[in-house]
Amino acid sequence: MNLDDFVVRALVAGLGVAVVTGPLGCFIVWRRMAYFGDTMAHSALLGIALGFLLSIDLTLGIVGVTITIACLLLLLQRRRPWLSPDTLLGILSHASLSFGLVAIGLMAWLRVDLLGYLFGDVLAVTKADIAIIYAGGAATLAGLAFVWRPLLAVTFHEDLARAEGVAAAPAQFAFMILIAVVIALAMKVVGILLITSLLIIPAAAARRYATTPEGMAVLAAIAGCLAVGLGLFASLRFDTPSGPSIVVAAAVIFSFGLLPLLHWWRALTRRLFRGRNVR
Amino acid sequence: MAGIHGRAHDGRGESAGEILIEGRDISLTLGRVPMLEDVGIAVRDGEILSLIGPNGAGKTSLVRVLLGLLAPTSGTIHRRRGLSVGYVPQRLAIDPVLPLSVKRLMTLTARRPVAAVRAALAETGVAALVDAPVQTLSGGEFQRVLLARALLREPQLLVLDEPVQGVDFAGEAALYELIGAIRERHRCGVLMVSHDLHTVMAATDRVICLNRHVCCAGGPASVGRDPAFVRLFGPRAAAALGVYAHHHDHAHDLAGGVVGPADDAGGSAHGGDAAPRPEIDGEP
Repeated sequence: MNLDDFVVRALVAGLGVAVVTGPLGCFIVWRRMAYFGDTMAHSALLGIALGFLLSIDLTLGIVGVTITIACLLLLLQRRRPWLSPDTLLGILSHASLSFGLVAIGLMAWLRVDLLGYLFGDVLAVTKADIAIIYAGGAATLAGLAFVWRPLLAVTFHEDLARAEGVAAAPAQFAFMILIAVVIALAMKVVGILLITSLLIIPAAAARRYATTPEGMAVLAAIAGCLAVGLGLFASLRFDTPSGPSIVVAAAVIFSFGLLPLLHWWRALTRRLFRGRNVR
Repeated sequence: MAGIHGRAHDGRGESAGEILIEGRDISLTLGRVPMLEDVGIAVRDGEILSLIGPNGAGKTSLVRVLLGLLAPTSGTIHRRRGLSVGYVPQRLAIDPVLPLSVKRLMTLTARRPVAAVRAALAETGVAALVDAPVQTLSGGEFQRVLLARALLREPQLLVLDEPVQGVDFAGEAALYELIGAIRERHRCGVLMVSHDLHTVMAATDRVICLNRHVCCAGGPASVGRDPAFVRLFGPRAAAALGVYAHHHDHAHDLAGGVVGPADDAGGSAHGGDAAPRPEIDGEP
């Protein structure tokens, strides 16, 4: 594998991200946190702006700001019950995105590829980026494996889990940190506006074919990798933007998965077997 | 709350076991709404204690306080050291978004050997469902799986919040019977919440009637006779329990009882207006 080839680099980076977003996205789907994830992702732009302003590492800035926004959201939800959660999410999501855009606009000396941050520029990832993606991705997967059982129990029924001695709050907080890290990693591949799709679509595509939570996580990772491969291929073949191409591929895989494939497969094998019996 | 300890003896002659969990003077205020006021409750080893009361009486809140899921505004909770609790919560919705087999549900919070999982499912009569997706279960099957799940923890205390919800009438009686059998086999204490009066009384040792405060407590028979219970649920409900004693001015109602036993229950529920009864009975 030649990492000097930008196509190989893009593929390696994309696969590294997809393997992590699949399992983590399952929890976003199960916990109905799609909009929550979207809000955290949007606030990442504010993190980038802050990173440039304070000249700190961008990944650090993103993780810091997204976790802050998530905490703010949980706090407001508890203290301001007359604001519905989706209204709060909508406000924080678009306000933080706009704050980020305005902040970057105000820094007139800064020349940044804004489109790259918003929609991803996977064909421009460096070897250093790949190192970050794989190190961060491995850490995220390890963290997810660590909180898997308590988080799943809390997702199924919080009271039941707590009554049986599961520490619910730490598991939920750890999950939030994992989302923040994945946003920082996935941003390079699909951009902050499309990150949620990489979390949700593979997981949703996997649901019909899974019988256990663990099976769904594995299938989601596979579906995500498939989407990255197909999307990148299409992006190069038809010269389309890479991030959106990956998301389109994921959506196609999801739609394909909605078809009664298993049913058709059984019908086909039944017909073949019947043919053999006749003979 | 003083009443609970005083009346513990007029249960069904069961020897009073050791206290597993006890709440004293529990008050709970959510916002400005008082949910519980000076509630005292104690569950003893080997007994089935039913918590009954109308909707919004704070039954589930009290259970959540006892389980440590909700902090009371005031009051204390004592658990026996190392108490293991099996819990079946109220209104547990099955979410189709999460793929879960019965086997996986059984081991949600802790790893267990497959043999133990099968044994627990067999005990509640749903061994055949071990590989079934949770989404395909009926209400009764799901409740039995949840009960098996609680048993898997080898509980000293079983806490069942509305265990027969979503179960058809025939299944209800069978489920109460099963709960009674489990108590016998595992020698555990059972705290059962219900708003359904009929069946619960038949399968219980002691009853606490809750309406934000403890209205009355004791054996099913004595609770059914308690004026506070009659006030809360009405004489009709008390009569339906079959334990409600007639008022003294009902003496002539006995004559009606001779004519037809079905009418007897109706007569006691209606209270004083028993005089025209014999005429009605003459009609058919």
